[in-house]
Amino acid sequence: MTLVSIIFAGILTYFTRMTMIALISRDRLGDRIKAVLEYVPSAVFPAIIFPGIFINDYGAFIEMNDPKIFGALVAVIVGYFSKNIIATILAGLISYWFLIFVVFS
Amino acid sequence: MLSKKQLFTRGMLDISPHMLSVIPFGIICGAIGVELGFNPYLVYAMSFIIFGGASQIVFLQLLSGGASSLVAVASVGIINSRHLLYGAVLSEYLEKLSFIKKLLISYVVVDQGFSESNKFFKKNRSEEYLHYHLIGTGCTMWVCWQIATLSGIILGSFVPEELGLKFAIPLTFIAIVVQDLKKIDHLIVMITCGLSSLLFFDAPFKSYIIISPVIALFVAALLLRLKK
Repeated sequence: MTLVSIIFAGILTYFTRMTMIALISRDRLGDRIKAVLEYVPSAVFPAIIFPGIFINDYGAFIEMNDPKIFGALVAVIVGYFSKNIIATILAGLISYWFLIFVVFS
Repeated sequence: MLSKKQLFTRGMLDISPHMLSVIPFGIICGAIGVELGFNPYLVYAMSFIIFGGASQIVFLQLLSGGASSLVAVASVGIINSRHLLYGAVLSEYLEKLSFIKKLLISYVVVDQGFSESNKFFKKNRSEEYLHYHLIGTGCTMWVCWQIATLSGIILGSFVPEELGLKFAIPLTFIAIVVQDLKKIDHLIVMITCGLSSLLFFDAPFKSYIIISPVIALFVAALLLRLKK
């Protein structure tokens, strides 16, 4: 049973990937839509970032003094100036660990 | 003009830093599936058939929580519907490919691969074999995801839970958008999306993940109109 639903979920996911690339002709999108599409990364990724920081595993909002907020701020600052992906991720994780293992332990 | 091999390698290199967060997340995904009591083969089958990070965890959590298969499948579809937006952006660069190649390349379009390849495409429009960069980012992600989820399934969650490595996922996406923070219009679009995602977090089928980008793109359209 589960395998059947996995296959359905897989087909559905594949269609989300394939539809705009293979089925829709680019010419059918107007210039205005093309201009708006420039904003896709900025319009999509915060929907992954914000809940990943501000909402915990149980679906509740975190406290304002949660270490994740500090870790995310450090990551933003380090990322902005270093322009380096690894530095951004490590800075966020290490500052987060510093708070949970050293400061709050 | 870069060769196919050079472009493929460039794609691999461009996405590889993200593996720092993808690999621990994959291990966690695999381990959660087994912990929830699912058949290990089925948990792995998802990485191959769905190949979509967070949607795989949600799928298993919903099923183990007693939701119907219909609800679980619909949620996966909605979570992954953001790929429609990636496809719309990438189609500009993939137009010249044959239909079969478009069908094949679509399977490896993932968040980080889209973002890194899109950045590369914008700067190197004239390259003839541009799509090899996307194949490079996608295949790197695919291989790492299969290995990571498989190790999580076999070895269990050998990544200590106390480390909170799920937090690496928002960090990897911060690294992707952080350079656009200095553009005021992008900043507004990002804040709109982020706040909407918190506001609509409890909307059914995890639909916040597509509702908030749609609202943010609407704001982007308004901003473009104001700019003129």
